[in-house]
Amino acid sequence: MEQQVDIEKLQNLASQVRRDVLRMVHAVQSGHPGGSLGCTDYFVAMYNEIMDYKVPFNPDGIGEDLFFLSNGHISPVWYSTLAHAGFFDVSELATFRKIDSRLQGHPATEEGLPGIRVASGSLGQGLSVAAGAAQAKKLNDDNHTVYVLMGDGELQEGQVWEAAMYASHHRIDNLVATVDYNGQQIDGPTKDVMDLADLKSKWESFGWSVVESNGNDMDSIVKAMKHAHSLTRKGRPVVNLMSTEMGFPIDFMVGTHKWHGVAPNDEQLEQALGQLEETLGDY
Amino acid sequence: MKFSFTEKKDTRSGFGDGLLEAGKQDERIVALCADLTGSLKMGAFQNEFPERFYQTGIAEANMMGLAAGMTIGGKIPFTGTFANFSTGRVYDQIRQSIAYSGKNVKICASHAGLTLGEDGATHQILEDVGMMKMLPHMTVINPCDYNQTKAATLAVAKHEGPVYLRFGRPKWPVFTPEDQTFEIGKAIKMIEGSDVTIFATGHMVWYAIEAEAKLEEMGINAEVINIHTIKPIDREAIIESVKKTGCAVTAEEHQINGGLGESVASVLSRELPAPLEIIGVNDSFGESGKPEELLAKYGLSPEAIVEAAQKVIKRK
Repeated sequence: MEQQVDIEKLQNLASQVRRDVLRMVHAVQSGHPGGSLGCTDYFVAMYNEIMDYKVPFNPDGIGEDLFFLSNGHISPVWYSTLAHAGFFDVSELATFRKIDSRLQGHPATEEGLPGIRVASGSLGQGLSVAAGAAQAKKLNDDNHTVYVLMGDGELQEGQVWEAAMYASHHRIDNLVATVDYNGQQIDGPTKDVMDLADLKSKWESFGWSVVESNGNDMDSIVKAMKHAHSLTRKGRPVVNLMSTEMGFPIDFMVGTHKWHGVAPNDEQLEQALGQLEETLGDY
Repeated sequence: MKFSFTEKKDTRSGFGDGLLEAGKQDERIVALCADLTGSLKMGAFQNEFPERFYQTGIAEANMMGLAAGMTIGGKIPFTGTFANFSTGRVYDQIRQSIAYSGKNVKICASHAGLTLGEDGATHQILEDVGMMKMLPHMTVINPCDYNQTKAATLAVAKHEGPVYLRFGRPKWPVFTPEDQTFEIGKAIKMIEGSDVTIFATGHMVWYAIEAEAKLEEMGINAEVINIHTIKPIDREAIIESVKKTGCAVTAEEHQINGGLGESVASVLSRELPAPLEIIGVNDSFGESGKPEELLAKYGLSPEAIVEAAQKVIKRK
């Protein structure tokens, strides 16, 4: 029988991760809060409910699920989630984007931050890497799943569609991609900058199974990712089109591209933290 | 002539045969190819190990990402396409997903340089060595003939870390031993000499050997050193030879900017200032033509090496 998911516990953790994100970005007055806040529920769900992974970190990733972040600029949410999952000490979050830190502005592997397997930041490359890792799992008879998160804006990169075509051609069915479908990018709404049009049809026509979800509802995202996982090993790669709101749930940040890469000032930080319950203690 | 040959074979076949043998030796080896299996001579590997061969279609950026991802399961991926599409087209993918990420990917690049011939400048990349050697942690290798390319491929398979392995299209003299060992980063002294050192890489090693014979007829005693590994460069071999000869010529089938000559110049200027002449393509694209015609037109010939040697000796 499937274990009951403790949604409230996940929501509490998500609240703490969002506090971390805001404090990290505020401390160095640089970083990307909007997308990080919008994807927090997804990260918390993945690392606390969906994925089967090993701590301490195992670079080869054999015998466990793998996660890749293609839109590397939302590193704060990943770093906080990894720290709370036990990959490194939560206090290290205070070094984000500072000199000599393992928490680079965009994820890197050169300094070996546990939990991260490939650098990302230059957009459009994550799906290719994930597809390669998924094929290596097949060669190794490793019955685990590879997950990758992409921004919707980065679907404008041609490489994403090279990888999408490849994954279905080679029947990479142990791969679940998620698109952070917030409709925003640096220069404005995606529909104005470079319209993605009908993403569902696009992925379907590339031979993928498509799941749709609300990424800012913990119950919905947990169910969607479990459903996505249930569609694996059926001959097709799976994509989850995850609707989110950039900046969620901070009232003055929500639903605009303006907080894509802008840090809150002291007053805005206090205002935002006031909207998020402290559940585990700040780093 | 201190070296001779009985047959001509293409260096890309050395790669293909080396890849097959490496695949037999180590089952972690996988190969990816972007619709150029025949050109890269990867067909034998594909036939022998179909489950370890991945056709990517004409999508080089994706191929580089796939290769990076495969290393995470402990695989040793060899990517294959033309040198042009192995470097410039996918520089950012190599930079982020492979080099910066420290991935054990072998980027194997055929049809490098002018000797691609008739296809012309769009395909004759002369900038690839420069691009690849600028990437931190990237090893850059340009072997000289079939046997050495095969040996290099086997050595690369055992080496941990990203490698750029560059080879060519035309049939070229096979003059190095079949049973050679290949040590990455260790230059090979082909001919001992005392008046001038010729440092050559790739196809140009054979021309350096021909140039040495011509110089000998003129009473000039040249040393010929095969720099198959451009990065890391063998500083000791360069310094030791130039200490003895007092001057040097470099020869490569690549743009002067960013090539072997500049690597040698960098070593010499810092550690042993000495006159140096650089043979390479001088800030130009190539054009269509027969390989040998092109090499001659762009100043890459045994005669050009001889002239450069005479000139550099006078500058001592």
